[in-house]
Amino acid sequence: MAVRDVTASSSVYEEKLRVSTTTRYWREFRRWPVIPALIILLLITVAIFAPLIAPKDPERSSLRDRHNPPMWMEGGSSENILGTDFVGSDIFSRIIYGARISLLIASIVLAGGVIGGTLLGLVSGWYGGQVDEFLMRFVDFTLAVPFILIAIVVIIVMGQSLTVIILLLVIFSWAGFARQVRAETLSLKEEIYVDAARIVGAPTTRIFLRHIFPGLTSTIVVISTLRVGALILTESTLSYLGVGVPPPTPAWGVMVADGRQYVDSAWWESLFPGLAIMMVVLAFNFFGDWVRDYLDPRLRQTA
Amino acid sequence: MAKFIARRIIYTIVMIIAMSVFLFGMSRAAGDPRLLYLNEYSTEQDWEAWGKAMGLDRPLYVQYGTWAGNAARGDLGDSMQHKKPSLSVVYDRLGATLLLAISATALVFLIAVPLGILSAVKRGSGWDYLGRTLALLGQTAPQFWLAIVLIIIFAVWLEILPVFGRGGWEHFILPSLALAWLSAAGLLRLIRASMLEVLDSEYVKFARAKGVGYTSIILRHALKNALIAPLTYSALFIAGFIDGSVVIETVFAWPGVGRLTVEAINANDFPLVTAVITLVTILYVSMALIADVLYAVVDPRIRLT
Repeated sequence: MAVRDVTASSSVYEEKLRVSTTTRYWREFRRWPVIPALIILLLITVAIFAPLIAPKDPERSSLRDRHNPPMWMEGGSSENILGTDFVGSDIFSRIIYGARISLLIASIVLAGGVIGGTLLGLVSGWYGGQVDEFLMRFVDFTLAVPFILIAIVVIIVMGQSLTVIILLLVIFSWAGFARQVRAETLSLKEEIYVDAARIVGAPTTRIFLRHIFPGLTSTIVVISTLRVGALILTESTLSYLGVGVPPPTPAWGVMVADGRQYVDSAWWESLFPGLAIMMVVLAFNFFGDWVRDYLDPRLRQTA
Repeated sequence: MAKFIARRIIYTIVMIIAMSVFLFGMSRAAGDPRLLYLNEYSTEQDWEAWGKAMGLDRPLYVQYGTWAGNAARGDLGDSMQHKKPSLSVVYDRLGATLLLAISATALVFLIAVPLGILSAVKRGSGWDYLGRTLALLGQTAPQFWLAIVLIIIFAVWLEILPVFGRGGWEHFILPSLALAWLSAAGLLRLIRASMLEVLDSEYVKFARAKGVGYTSIILRHALKNALIAPLTYSALFIAGFIDGSVVIETVFAWPGVGRLTVEAINANDFPLVTAVITLVTILYVSMALIADVLYAVVDPRIRLT
């Protein structure tokens, strides 16, 4: 048995020495999230420079050019690379502008969720007691209700606008942050250096900023990157149901919904915007997984 | 244990009450409820009479008390669009949704359990890649879009399945598949992770060292322990069908509760909307309760946290 083990490990060792340069480069390549990072970079660039990149005005309709197929299909032209929708707008340009609105919502919501969640999680974990109890019950509540249905009701009552959607998504996204930050704060609170800071009389704000917050940063970065995909998905679902981004702003979810009734003749109208959603969510999820493994492998079990 | 369950039940009741307060608040924030029934030709007297009849002259908390009391007795108000009690409107539509949910549940288990086990046992093989790809697709592609892609592939290109509506068994395939996918993805990942953990455990290593055959180890030693936790958790996935059925039923024009909700919202039928969401929330938090209790029974460590 022992003899076999030795030979086995030595052959593995030799195999490692023998790998070609391309394989080594490939392995190095696989260690970094190159493709997800490229897709995210592309998304950000496209979102920022949408007016320069988009070949057409996304909101311009044309009765003559309705339901044009993509350029590689019969009847398609290079005028509309991915075809046109039911009012004759250019799908490619609408997808490009759609990146804008998706990214805008995701980044505002993320900022709100991170700031709110971190602050409340810190307070909850640090002070404990009644405040903690109340905040954590509220967190449980927001995590335990069917979000889409609640969102629909609130949007119907408050009216359909970007502000309402962003607020709703913030309220429902800070909870996850708050819970994690609270858990981390609870353990950081017990560290000797925090006790030391308290003994020398450091004010609470200073302890928060200098001693606790640095310990939280990797957690926050990890959860935020992992959350982006889910946020984009939720926003697109609301838009699909007609209670998300108000028209005529081109949003990916709205585009899929618009194309739904024409799937039997013009399938591209729903397919491409949805593909865009999936690519972006996929990229953010892969990137998030990588960031987690890189910064904080401990989170692997819980995620 | 009893203490844990009792606390969890009280907590569930508090959740339901909080939800009802929220919904009541929303229905009042939507505007004076009389506006829904009366038009510009109504007189001042009508307005006042309706107000008295609906109890709007009393303080808000009394109004809430009346509403909640009626709700507890099964009276969730009359649907304005259908001109009959909301509960019976929901009841009429429940059958379609339940059928869909049952076939989707069956699909979830049929897909997730074998694939989850296979992808853990044959880690790195074709099965593993298939399982992980399906899971990834389910969790990154929007549900409504997956449903439409299924329609495009099977109904438009291959023309082997019907597109919309209800009918024979073939009408069930696409909607249940679309509904099941997300939950199947989650369950598959859980089973895979749990199975990998068990296969790495000391007692499995011991059984192997003893010379027990690989198939026997998987079937008799690993499987039981690996499946318990994910399966108790599956109550939550089924609760996830609730949000999903709203989306899926609108895509497939399925005449169930999910579509009823969207219809009621579009028709401004607020009594019906609150009724549906109250019922759905009760169902949702009860499922979460069942999942939590089952989980605590199976894995006593959970009660400590």
